[in-house]
Amino acid sequence: MKIRAIVPIAYILFLMLPIYWLVSMSFKTTNEILGGFSLFPQSWTFENYMTIFTDPTWYSGYFNSIIYVSLNTVISLTVALPAAYAFSRYRFMGDKHLFFWLLTNRMAPAAVFALPFFQLYSAVGLFDTHLAVALAHALFNIPLAVWILEGFMSSVPKELDETAYVDGHSFPSFFIKVFIPAIKSGIGVTAFFCFMFSWVELLLAKTLTSVAAKPIAAVMTKTSSSAGFELGLLAAAGVLTIIPGAIVIYFVRNYIAKGFALGRV
Amino acid sequence: MVLELRQISKKVGQDTHLYPTSLRLEPGKFNILLGATNSGKTSLIKILSGLEKPTTGEVWMDGENVTGVTPQKRNIALVHQFFVNYPHLNVFENIASPLRVAGVAKSEISDRVKEAADILQLGPMLYRQPGELSGGQQQRCALARAIVKESKAIFLDEPLANLDYKLREELRDQLPELFAGRGAIVVYATSEPSEALLLGGNTALVHAGKITQFGETTAVYRNPVDAISAEVFSDPPINVTNVTKTGNWIRLNDAVKWKATGSSADLADGPYTIGIRPHFIKPEKDKKGLVEILGKVEITELSGSESVAHFQVSGNTWVSLDSGVHPYQIGEEHLFYMDPTACFYFDADGKLAATGGTDG
Repeated sequence: MKIRAIVPIAYILFLMLPIYWLVSMSFKTTNEILGGFSLFPQSWTFENYMTIFTDPTWYSGYFNSIIYVSLNTVISLTVALPAAYAFSRYRFMGDKHLFFWLLTNRMAPAAVFALPFFQLYSAVGLFDTHLAVALAHALFNIPLAVWILEGFMSSVPKELDETAYVDGHSFPSFFIKVFIPAIKSGIGVTAFFCFMFSWVELLLAKTLTSVAAKPIAAVMTKTSSSAGFELGLLAAAGVLTIIPGAIVIYFVRNYIAKGFALGRV
Repeated sequence: MVLELRQISKKVGQDTHLYPTSLRLEPGKFNILLGATNSGKTSLIKILSGLEKPTTGEVWMDGENVTGVTPQKRNIALVHQFFVNYPHLNVFENIASPLRVAGVAKSEISDRVKEAADILQLGPMLYRQPGELSGGQQQRCALARAIVKESKAIFLDEPLANLDYKLREELRDQLPELFAGRGAIVVYATSEPSEALLLGGNTALVHAGKITQFGETTAVYRNPVDAISAEVFSDPPINVTNVTKTGNWIRLNDAVKWKATGSSADLADGPYTIGIRPHFIKPEKDKKGLVEILGKVEITELSGSESVAHFQVSGNTWVSLDSGVHPYQIGEEHLFYMDPTACFYFDADGKLAATGGTDG
């Protein structure tokens, strides 16, 4: 083996080690995990996974997460697309300041907003709904989405708009049939960032839900505290939590590379 | 089909892009807007096409006031300086786009797209994406989209400016025949005087937000109405300098004077500005009646088979252009020969007062 192959291999091993450890743990019993050091599961068990797939408190956590994450991504993109278009194509009073201060909400930790959100949503009856979490995350994702999309939109020349109008497209027809396809890689990148933020954000999601919309990450924290050491179960839940993120990254990987080269990521 | 601008002007914020200006374009002709960068050519095209509304004034099309009518409803076509195509559609769909929007039947779209693609030699590339084409092919795709729908007016905003020299020449030769016989008004913006002369038709000279002169291209070239028009329509730039007329003599400085020729003989005594194109100042005496000017050579350029010399005469820089290769020495005193019959004489307001005799 060539010397220069060692570095990338070491790097990949280093990256994969925690994930391997998680996957290996998920097939062990809790006793084996606590019992000592073992590289492979000594007695393979699928019980951990079976528990998750059959117990509604577990699998509904996944559904809840996926529902509010999707909801959030859709809301963020729907709102951010026209906003970013306005910032990219029109000049109006205070546009530059407004554009910068959009990011205000990202200048503080999410925890800062947990209390006001909790109080507000309890008051208007949104507490413990998927919409509550999706809206709370939109506060962070919409500014980011506007920021990213504006970069992509500005890289599309204004002449494309003019060409479409001259060809006879109305504004809505131009926006949907010409403009959105022209920046589809930007939309892919934006959707990815919205998804990722919402998928990994725990604090707000946990604060704003109790039972009906409880996200999987919150389910995981609870189990570790109340039912003693269920490490195998927890590892299996962890593996299943990685999968959606991995799938999304797989689909947008080409867009992301393009996005880093083109836009404002 | 007549396209007319009536006293239109355009202001954006504090900046005036166009001063009140009028223009009347007849069908079936190549109309060239000639002017430097930022002179207002693109603003004119945007107003003519309806992409922008004039601040004041009206746009008339076929005897109808279309000032507020959007480009969608005007049946026009537009080609930009940058190669603008729909990046997500292949060449066929790019060309078909205006027909699809107009709701033309599928079989007809296919025929018309193929016809337009053949004219512009895009036949083999119909199913490629614009990003895979060369610059020249991308611009041909944009041109095909402009001719595929039978527009009443076609606007070309410096369509060849971003192409390399050879492609530009090739495409420029095709342009007049591309639009001939379509009966559309073609408006072609360019910053190169030579391009205007090659394309013929009518030329409007645009300078600092105004149309200074409009007419048949060669007539505009030969008879500039004022000093600015003469400057706009000359490449290399026309030589402009001050002279004094006393009796029958025109005096440039103490050493250089000549007898007034043509209509300049009838001018009243006094100061004038003359304009003379560089190719009427040559380094060799090849005919009678030329005026000797001794100048100090500052810069020389060789472009193909032409020699350009910039030289100093009593504080002014003059430019001489001659065919053939001339070995000038920088800093040397060289005798140049000016043809006084090719001079334009402008009065104090810059208006053409007289000519030295021959046409341009």
